[in-house]
Amino acid sequence: MITDEAERIAALGPSPRRPARDAVNPAMINNWTEALGDGNSAYPELAPPAMVQVWTMRGLHPAAEEHDPLAAMSAVLDEAGYTSVVATNCEQTYHRYLRPGEHVSVSSVLDAVVGPKRTALGEGWFVTTRSTWFVGDEPVAEMLFRILKFKPGNKSTASALQPTVSRDTEFFWQGTKLGELRVQRCSACGVVRHPPGPMCPRCNALDPGYVVATGLGEVFSYVVHHHPPVPGRELPYVVALVELSEGVRMLGELVGVPPDEVRVGLPVRVGFRPVGEFVLPVWEAR
Amino acid sequence: MKGAAIAGIGATEFSKDSGRSELRLAAEAALSALADAGLKPSDVDGMVSFTMDTNSEIALARELGVPELSFFSRVNYGGGAACATVQHAAMAVATGAAEVVLCYRAFNERSGHRFGRVSTAAALTVENSWSYPMGLGTPAGTVAMVARRYMHEYGATSEDFGRVAVTMRAHAATNPRAWFHGRPITLAEHQNSRWITEPLHLLDCCQESDGAVALVVTSTSRARDLPRPPVLVRAAAQGSGPDQYVMASYYREDLAALPEMNLVGRQLWRQSGLEPSDVDVAVLYDHFTPYVLIQLEELGFCGRGEARHFLAEQGIGLDGRLPVNPHGGQLGEAYIHGMNGIAEAVRQVRGDSVNQVNGVRHVLVTAGTGVPTSGLVLGV
Repeated sequence: MITDEAERIAALGPSPRRPARDAVNPAMINNWTEALGDGNSAYPELAPPAMVQVWTMRGLHPAAEEHDPLAAMSAVLDEAGYTSVVATNCEQTYHRYLRPGEHVSVSSVLDAVVGPKRTALGEGWFVTTRSTWFVGDEPVAEMLFRILKFKPGNKSTASALQPTVSRDTEFFWQGTKLGELRVQRCSACGVVRHPPGPMCPRCNALDPGYVVATGLGEVFSYVVHHHPPVPGRELPYVVALVELSEGVRMLGELVGVPPDEVRVGLPVRVGFRPVGEFVLPVWEAR
Repeated sequence: MKGAAIAGIGATEFSKDSGRSELRLAAEAALSALADAGLKPSDVDGMVSFTMDTNSEIALARELGVPELSFFSRVNYGGGAACATVQHAAMAVATGAAEVVLCYRAFNERSGHRFGRVSTAAALTVENSWSYPMGLGTPAGTVAMVARRYMHEYGATSEDFGRVAVTMRAHAATNPRAWFHGRPITLAEHQNSRWITEPLHLLDCCQESDGAVALVVTSTSRARDLPRPPVLVRAAAQGSGPDQYVMASYYREDLAALPEMNLVGRQLWRQSGLEPSDVDVAVLYDHFTPYVLIQLEELGFCGRGEARHFLAEQGIGLDGRLPVNPHGGQLGEAYIHGMNGIAEAVRQVRGDSVNQVNGVRHVLVTAGTGVPTSGLVLGV
């Protein structure tokens, strides 16, 4: 849905050129260079190129614009829960100096929307716009501007919980490191079992072996965890109890499926996710 | 469980921040229970609590000035211990190991260590390594997994769970001891409360509380000489089921069930000679609403998967077919790990509860669900 909206907004092309409120003027140039401590004597007869955005600032109470690609895309992402923003890139290109008396206008186009990405701040989308400033029909400056819109405060800074391993269970965790989902199988009577243990509950043999499971199964039950925060996890997330084709059930996070699309009976296959020194099995839709 | 009775009950206030140590809460509740029983600390010679309780028997004995203890015991598995404390006490009384036994539970569960949070310490067991690291590390989460399967198998809905919460809060609303006194809820409020772990809303989850409850168990013959009418322990049982885990028994055939509670129920009916239709009031462990439905089924009040119809058509309110948790339960009164429910059962048998049901002769009480558990039948 976010990708669809991004394509729609990008297809609208460059926004109509929006004229600056005031012409390039020495009063604003003097204030700006003074604030930044720029004593270059070429100013204010020329305007500093880095002031280009200043001329088209919207003011304290901006009117709504019919087509502002960045505002439109931000609204889409706000709606989807990516409510926080941080600017990540701003690259400006100047074609010439501006002079007092010149009147600039600006036009923007949505260049790219990339995501969802897992970042240190949380899950988010990178939104890139390109703006061009004109005097008349002459392009005088350009800007690539990229922001990260992300879901705030849903990422625990604590590290994820890791399993505790015993002599009876270490084969399982050794397996996940190799990309194998190992299910305990009694070497004496052949019964499979999960979670594993030292003695076969059917024949009482103390000879546990294992089989490497196909990793294919179906969701037997599942939950969507919203609260409270869980160390190392972004909320919400889905945990599924999966019945494997070998006949045992196993818990794992279900990844890559929106919570409202999960169903009992959903076919899944195992995947593997490194967490600290361990590799956890996770489920993916198939 | 011949010959044992509950002779006294005591409790602190139920709050979110007691401002006192857990040992002080235990001592206050114990002294209050002894006063209710018409006994002195020097009469006590036995104590039973939960393995999870931070107050040792000797610490409580020191505070109360109990000179000697000939019996002291702990019961494992969280809230599953509640009714078993009375069972162990009754067994001690029956065997002569002790004559007057204090059962107690005291904690600052809201202002101190909160069970609703992810416990990193609990995650460190080998057994929990199949659930916690996978993202299932809260009581609500573990119950939600069972609830989802129950809904899938039997067609129960979140509204069915909500009916339990609404009834408990209605009962609490008229119980001045309850945290939610005067604060009933509607089914719409239940449905609109935020998700904790889907399919559980906030109002499917019991509150977290600070407080303490203590009970005095002694022989029926001695109880008859005390000021309060004795509340007889007509039956008492523990239960652990096949392939049992703590809160995550996900690997046995039937996920949407509580076989350990079924086992408790079978023992209670056998010991007491009663059957579900003889129960006047049920105090069912209600840390999460879905397990109230499953308990009604496992204990034989209705058929498997039929609890939603029982709730809607028979009712568990004070005027329903089976009044459940007249005090408001843990959803409404307080979460004291099930011990406050036993105290309410005692009041119902005595006939002096604020939400008294008429003509109560037998009260069923259950302990924690999803864990190895226990139950009681108290009566006249």
